[in-house]
Amino acid sequence: MHPILAHRGRLLPYLAACAPLAAILTALLARPGGLFLGEAVALAVPLTFAYAFMGLSAWYPCRQVPLIRSRALPLVLTHAAAAALVSATWVGLGVLLAGALGLAPALTGLPGRFAAQAVTLFAAGVLLYLLAAALSYVLLALDAAAEAERREAELAILAREAELAALKAQIRPHFLFNSLNSIASLAASDPPRAQQMCVRLGDFLRRSLSLGEKASISVGEELELSRAYLAVEELRFGARLEVEEELDDRGYRCLVPPLLLQPLIENAVRHGIATRVEGGTLRVGVACGGGRLRILVENPYDPESPSRPGGGRGLANVRQRLTARYGEEALFAAKRLADRYLVVISVPAEMPA
Amino acid sequence: MTETAAAAAPLPVLIVDDEGPARALLRQHLAGIPGVRVVGECANGFEALRLAGELSPRIVFLDIEMPKLDGFEVLELLDPAIAVVFVTAYDSYAVKAFDVHAVDYVLKPFEASRLAAAVERALERLRRGQPVRAAELHAEARREGGSLSRVVVRDGSRVHIIPVEKLDAVEAQDDYVALKSEGRTYLKQQTLASLAAALDPSRFVRVHRSHLVRLDALARLEAFGKAGHVAILADGSRIPVSREGHARLRALLG
Repeated sequence: MHPILAHRGRLLPYLAACAPLAAILTALLARPGGLFLGEAVALAVPLTFAYAFMGLSAWYPCRQVPLIRSRALPLVLTHAAAAALVSATWVGLGVLLAGALGLAPALTGLPGRFAAQAVTLFAAGVLLYLLAAALSYVLLALDAAAEAERREAELAILAREAELAALKAQIRPHFLFNSLNSIASLAASDPPRAQQMCVRLGDFLRRSLSLGEKASISVGEELELSRAYLAVEELRFGARLEVEEELDDRGYRCLVPPLLLQPLIENAVRHGIATRVEGGTLRVGVACGGGRLRILVENPYDPESPSRPGGGRGLANVRQRLTARYGEEALFAAKRLADRYLVVISVPAEMPA
Repeated sequence: MTETAAAAAPLPVLIVDDEGPARALLRQHLAGIPGVRVVGECANGFEALRLAGELSPRIVFLDIEMPKLDGFEVLELLDPAIAVVFVTAYDSYAVKAFDVHAVDYVLKPFEASRLAAAVERALERLRRGQPVRAAELHAEARREGGSLSRVVVRDGSRVHIIPVEKLDAVEAQDDYVALKSEGRTYLKQQTLASLAAALDPSRFVRVHRSHLVRLDALARLEAFGKAGHVAILADGSRIPVSREGHARLRALLG
């Protein structure tokens, strides 16, 4: 839909702005050697308002060949063709109108006198087309600016919501309860391990509380948090939980939003390793190259174990935060294979200044 | 069994939890509670059913999130005379746990006295002796939180897990339901009404008083007799469709 026709508030001012143009066209047609003043008015007024609507069509070629992104030749050719077509149609309309008026006995000479003005009218049509095109480009720019502003506001809200959700989820109470239960058990049977677990749990809590407040942290810091978490889980799961890391140095230093990796690791343990009687190996890979940071988290799961609630939420939050931060530059893929689950993230690599 | 006899012969107890330290804590606390004796422990649902068969425990302490079978599925397949106490870090399952008539619901971490209270409740339940048909109640409880994603059936010492995508049809047979899946039939002690209530009503239709059909397994409908219909499944089996069943099918298929 054309932006002027779509907004009632735009159409009236637009038509009002055509009134002076009608006056100018009248003057042009009634100049010495042209039409009589009455004839000029009778032709110029309807023709101007007809053009007001025909000129709206300039919006479509304008949208096809955006001013900034198009090359000069297609731009000029498109508008030249459109201007010629619109103006020729307009002159044709004028000929018909003059012919109709010429049927009146007092105006029998009008068609002939009008024919002499056809070139003038055509030139006026081309000029009006340029005016209409300029107006269309202004409208397109206004719309684009409004759209960009709206999108930016949307992204800001999305980012804020995602950060809040991440903060809320950063310490899952069940993880805490289960860990405390393990400590209660070890306190009697194996006091040194109980102490070790208290220390590891404290380490994990301290790290996760401090990370949430930052806008960006290095992948290394994020990994330290995950290692603190996994150290606690190792005491709970024993030999069932094994971890393999594959990192490169550049990847380690890349900056990411905090708590990006941690939810993926927690998911991999709760919905993956913990569903298997024999446990399994959790694989974490971080690589940086070609301007991209790639993170991979892979875990086995038992397709025959019941699924546990809340599986999609952590992943959805990570995805949202990636979109909020990187827009379309972020790639997030979660794949469920027969007995393995795979999450791959690829984002533009950000190195610390 | 009298009070004194119970005191003299402690009741056998089974511990089921997939975390070693959690099992150790239960064992430790239960050792100090009179009237019960831990006879076994294991780390997943299959093992729980096997050990329950071998050791005949009267009380089972059961974690909920475990490999293979979750705590609710284990409860459903256990002898209904066994008193089940759930022990978990998740408080969100509590309502459902009491709906399936668990004796108690102990939240981790817990104190010895909390466990003693749970044992007391279990002993009280066993004295009164009220076995419950867990499958029925389990189905009731599932109704709260979405539809069943799989049906578990016990066949002697074996446990079959039927994902609902592979459950083609169900037929009521006295106290049992016959579950048809991938050309095989499994019998389970449950009523058709309670199973129907637990399944997704947009995927499973009660086509007859004693027949339930998965819509995707339906190949076609044929006229049968005077104004009657019969449903033909993809595997060729024929299932009677009542007038009400036909109306339900038409409402769903549009």
